[in-house]
Amino acid sequence: MATTTDPLLEEIQGPTPGQLLRRRVFGHHGLMIGGGLVALLVVVAILAPVLAPHDPYAQSLLERLQPPVFLGGSWEHPLGTDHLGRDYLSRLIYGARVSLMIGVIAALISGLIGTAMGVAAGYFGGRVDMVVTFLINVRLAMPVVLVALAVVAIFGGSLQVVIIVLGLLLWDRFAVVMRASTLQVRGREYVAAARAIGCSTPRIVLTEIMPNIVNNLIVVVTLEMAHAILLEAALSFLGLGVQPPTPSWGLMVSEGKQMMLFEPWLVMIPGIVLFLLVLAINLMGDGLRDVTAPENRS
Amino acid sequence: MSDATTPVLELRNVSKVYTIRQGLFAERKSLRAIDDVSLKVERGGVLGLVGESGCGKSTLAKILLGLETPTTGEVLIDGEPVGAQDRRKLARRIQPIFQDPYSSLNPRKSIADIISLPLRVHGIGDAASQDKAVREILDIVGLPARVMNSYPSQMSGGQRQRVAIARALIMKPEIVICDEPTSALDVSVQSQILNLLGELRREFGLTYLFISHNLAVVEHLATRVAVMYLGRIVEEASVAGLFDHARHPYSQALLESVLTPDPALGVPDTQLGAAYPNPIAPPSGCHFHPRCPKALPQCSSVAPRPLTTADGRIECHLFDEEKAEPATA
Amino acid sequence: MTETRDPILSVRNLTLDIPVGGGTLHAVRGIDFDLARGETLCIVGESGSGKSLTSLAIMGLLAPRIERRADRLEFDGVDLLKAGPRKMRSLRGNRMSMIFQEPMTSLNPAYTIGDQLTEALLLHRNVGKKAARDRAVELLEKVGITAAASRLGQFPHQLSGGLRQRVMIAMALMCEPELIIADEPTTALDVTIQAQILRLLVDLQREMNVAMILITHDLGVVARVADKVAVMYAGELVETGPAGAVFGQPTHPYTRGLLRCIPVPGKTERGAELGTIPGIVPSLVGDVSGCPFRTRCEEAVAACRGAIPLRHRSDDAHAFRCVHETGMATAEVSA
Repeated sequence: MATTTDPLLEEIQGPTPGQLLRRRVFGHHGLMIGGGLVALLVVVAILAPVLAPHDPYAQSLLERLQPPVFLGGSWEHPLGTDHLGRDYLSRLIYGARVSLMIGVIAALISGLIGTAMGVAAGYFGGRVDMVVTFLINVRLAMPVVLVALAVVAIFGGSLQVVIIVLGLLLWDRFAVVMRASTLQVRGREYVAAARAIGCSTPRIVLTEIMPNIVNNLIVVVTLEMAHAILLEAALSFLGLGVQPPTPSWGLMVSEGKQMMLFEPWLVMIPGIVLFLLVLAINLMGDGLRDVTAPENRS
Repeated sequence: MSDATTPVLELRNVSKVYTIRQGLFAERKSLRAIDDVSLKVERGGVLGLVGESGCGKSTLAKILLGLETPTTGEVLIDGEPVGAQDRRKLARRIQPIFQDPYSSLNPRKSIADIISLPLRVHGIGDAASQDKAVREILDIVGLPARVMNSYPSQMSGGQRQRVAIARALIMKPEIVICDEPTSALDVSVQSQILNLLGELRREFGLTYLFISHNLAVVEHLATRVAVMYLGRIVEEASVAGLFDHARHPYSQALLESVLTPDPALGVPDTQLGAAYPNPIAPPSGCHFHPRCPKALPQCSSVAPRPLTTADGRIECHLFDEEKAEPATA
Repeated sequence: MTETRDPILSVRNLTLDIPVGGGTLHAVRGIDFDLARGETLCIVGESGSGKSLTSLAIMGLLAPRIERRADRLEFDGVDLLKAGPRKMRSLRGNRMSMIFQEPMTSLNPAYTIGDQLTEALLLHRNVGKKAARDRAVELLEKVGITAAASRLGQFPHQLSGGLRQRVMIAMALMCEPELIIADEPTTALDVTIQAQILRLLVDLQREMNVAMILITHDLGVVARVADKVAVMYAGELVETGPAGAVFGQPTHPYTRGLLRCIPVPGKTERGAELGTIPGIVPSLVGDVSGCPFRTRCEEAVAACRGAIPLRHRSDDAHAFRCVHETGMATAEVSA
C-alpha cells in the first residue's frame, strides 16, 4: 500500500548534521585560530624531547641569565637562560606538558564528577536534584584558591596533588550546566517516546540525552581546562603547586620575579605563552559553542 | 482471555492525583488531573478525546503509555490489568505518536536508528531482519528507503511525522495513542497524515486513542468521542451521537466553537463566560457550572452522577429527570 | 487588485529580500493590497509563506538585514518607505498597533498589567497618570475583563492565556489606533476561548471603525472574520477578494487545494479520504520565476514557468494569479 510517490515528497533537503557541523567549523575564524594554536601546543608538548634544544634540567652557572636573541642573545639559547643557566626555550616546551596535562586531567576528573551529578539531578529530579543542588551550593561557597592552598599545605605540593585538588574542586560548572541541559532535553518528546518503547534508564541517558547535551559539555571542558591551567600557574607561583625543578610556566614566572626589574623577559615570556594558551582555549570554547548552538541549527 | 467482545483497551475508575507545593513552606495541594475516568475502546475503533488544555487529556495518554501510574483504578488491555505487565511488555502493545515532530525525533540519530530502536530494545530479529523491517515500514508510511541514512533536520514536518508513525508501528502494536498528531503541521500536510492514519487503521486493524483540540479532525477520524472537562469525562457517545446531537452543555459549547470555513456565518457566541477554572481549586458541585449557560440551582452544590444513555454516558443534572439508569461502569 | 476607495493602508509591489548564506531569499515578492477603515483583511497561508514578514514590514519592525522595497507603502497619507525611525515610533502603538500570537511572551513579566497598558498612552499622548489608568480600566472592561480596576496591579503570570490575550487587545486599543495587525492572535488558545477572542476583536473593530489585518493559517477563522481575503503562497498573493467570493468560488488551484484538505463538519463524509497537496514549499533562494505553486499543482503546464497574469473573476474585486483563465486547465480545453 505504498502511498503517494511524488518526486518532491521524496526530496531530502540539505546536508546531514555532520556535514553542516564540518562546514560551520571551517567557516569559524575564532575556532580555527584557537583550535589551531591549541593543536600546535599539544604537538609541541608531545614532541618536547625532540623539539627542545637542551635538557630543561641541565644547569650551567657560566651561562646564567643570557638574554634571548631579540635582546642581543645568541642562537645557542634562542630565549636565553634562567638564573641557573637552564635553557629557557627548553623549559618552556617542557612546561607546556605540565600545563596541558593539568588542564586535561583536572577537566576530565571534574567533568566526570560534575556531569554524573548534573545529569542525575536533571533526569531524576526530586530528592536527587535537591541533594545535588545543595552540594553545588556548598561547593560554590568554598573559595577554590584558599581550599587548594590549604590542601597543598597539608599534603605538600606536587603535580599529582595539584591535579587531584583541582579535579575535585572544579566540577561545579559542569554540574550546573549539565543539570540545566538535561532538564531541557528530558522534556523533549523523543525521550518520552524512548520510554514508551521500553528503553532502560541507562540507555535513555546514554543514547537519547547525552548526545544532545555533549556540545554544552565540550564548551565547559574548554572553560575549565583554561581555569585549571591558570590555577596551577597561580599555585606554582605561590610555591604551593608544582615544585622545582619541574618546569612549569607558573613556576617560571615565580622564579623570574626576583629579577623582574632587571630582566623583565624572564617573566614576560612564560606569561605571554600562558596568556596565549588560555586565550586559544577560550577562543576554541567560544567557537565550539557557536557552531553547536541550537539557534544556529536550522 | 480475550474474545471479540472484550474491549482492547479499558480504563476502570482511573484517577491521577498530583501533590504540588508552590514554594518551600507553602501548603501541599492536590491536583486531580484525572478524576474517576472509565472508558472502553473496541478493537479497531477510534476513540476521540477532546477538551481544553489542562483537562487531563495528556495525563491520560501518559498513563496509557506507562509513563505515569494511576493513583487509583486500573487500565486493562485485552481484559488484562496493565499493572501486572511491565513497561517493556506494554510497549509492544501500545505506542505513541506525539504532537511535535520537531521534538519527537532525536536530532542526533539517523532515521534508520530512530525507527529500528524498538526492535533493538526488545531484541527482535538480527541486524539484517531489522533493516528489512525498517525498509518495509518506510514504504508503508510513504517514505523512500533512501531516507534511512538521513537525519531529522533534513526532513520536513510531514516527513518527520511519517517517521514517528513508522517508529510507532514497527513492533505492530494493537493500540496507538495519537496525541495531537497533526496540530503542529500545515493544513496541506495535516490531511496527508490524517489519510495515512486512516489507511493504516484499516490495513492493520489498529485501535486509536485520538487526542485533539481540533473537533473537525476528531469528527472526521473517530468512531466514538469522549469529552473531558477538569479531569472528568462529562459525555461519551458515538461520533454521530455527539456531533449531531450533543447533549452536555459543554459538548454543545465546544461544537459551537468550531469555525467551519463558511463566510456566511459570523463568529459564534459560545456564552462560556468565565475562563477555564484552576484545576487546583475546582468549582464545587458540577465543575462546569460557573461557565454553564443552562446551570440549575443544584449544579453548584451537587456533583452530577454518571448516567448511561442510549449511546454512551453523560454527567449532567439536566438529564437527571430522564429515565436514564445510573451507570454501572 | 482593484483600488479601494480612500484606503487607510495602501501597499503596492511590496518586496522583501533576505540575504542568506549562498544567495538571496525572496521571501515576499510584489504583493499589492488596500485596506479601508472598518475593513478586515485576512492574510492566510502556511508556514514560510511570508505572511508574518509582511505585517512586520508594514510596522517597520523588520530585522535590519532584510531589504524592503515597494512602489507604494502608505498609511493614511504617510509614506512609510520614507518614514524614519522616529516617525515610525510615533506611529507604532499609537496609530497602528499589533497583537501577537503568544500572549505569554509578548507581555513583559516584570511589569504589572496597569504599567504595560498605560505605557503607550503616556508615551504618545499628553495625558496624566490618572487619566491613563481610567482609560485602562475602561478598556479592560470593554474587552470583557471583570474587576478591571484590581487587575491593573496584577502581573501577566497571574492571568490565564485567554485573559492575557484580552489584555493584549486592550493594550492595542489604548491609543485608539486606526490600524490593528493581529498575527495569529488565537492560535495558542483553546477553541472555546478562540471563538470568544475573535468575537471580541470583530465587535471592537466594527465599533471603533478600525482597519484590521488578521494573519492566520486557519481557514475557519478567515471565513468567519474576514471582509477581504488574501491567500498567500511562497511570498506571493495567489488569490485575493471578498471573503464570500473567495470561499464561494475558490479559483486558484492552491486555494481550492487548501479547502479540500480540511474536513468540514456536515460536508466532508466522516472517515473519507481528504484532499491533499503533495510535495513541499519550494526554496525561495536564488532565481524565483514563474508560478511558485507549479511544483505542487495538478493543473501545471509548461507556461507556468513564465510570467503569470493577474486575472479577475466576474466580480472585479476577486483576483487570482494563474496561467489558466479559470484556474483550471481542463476547463480551458473544453472551452
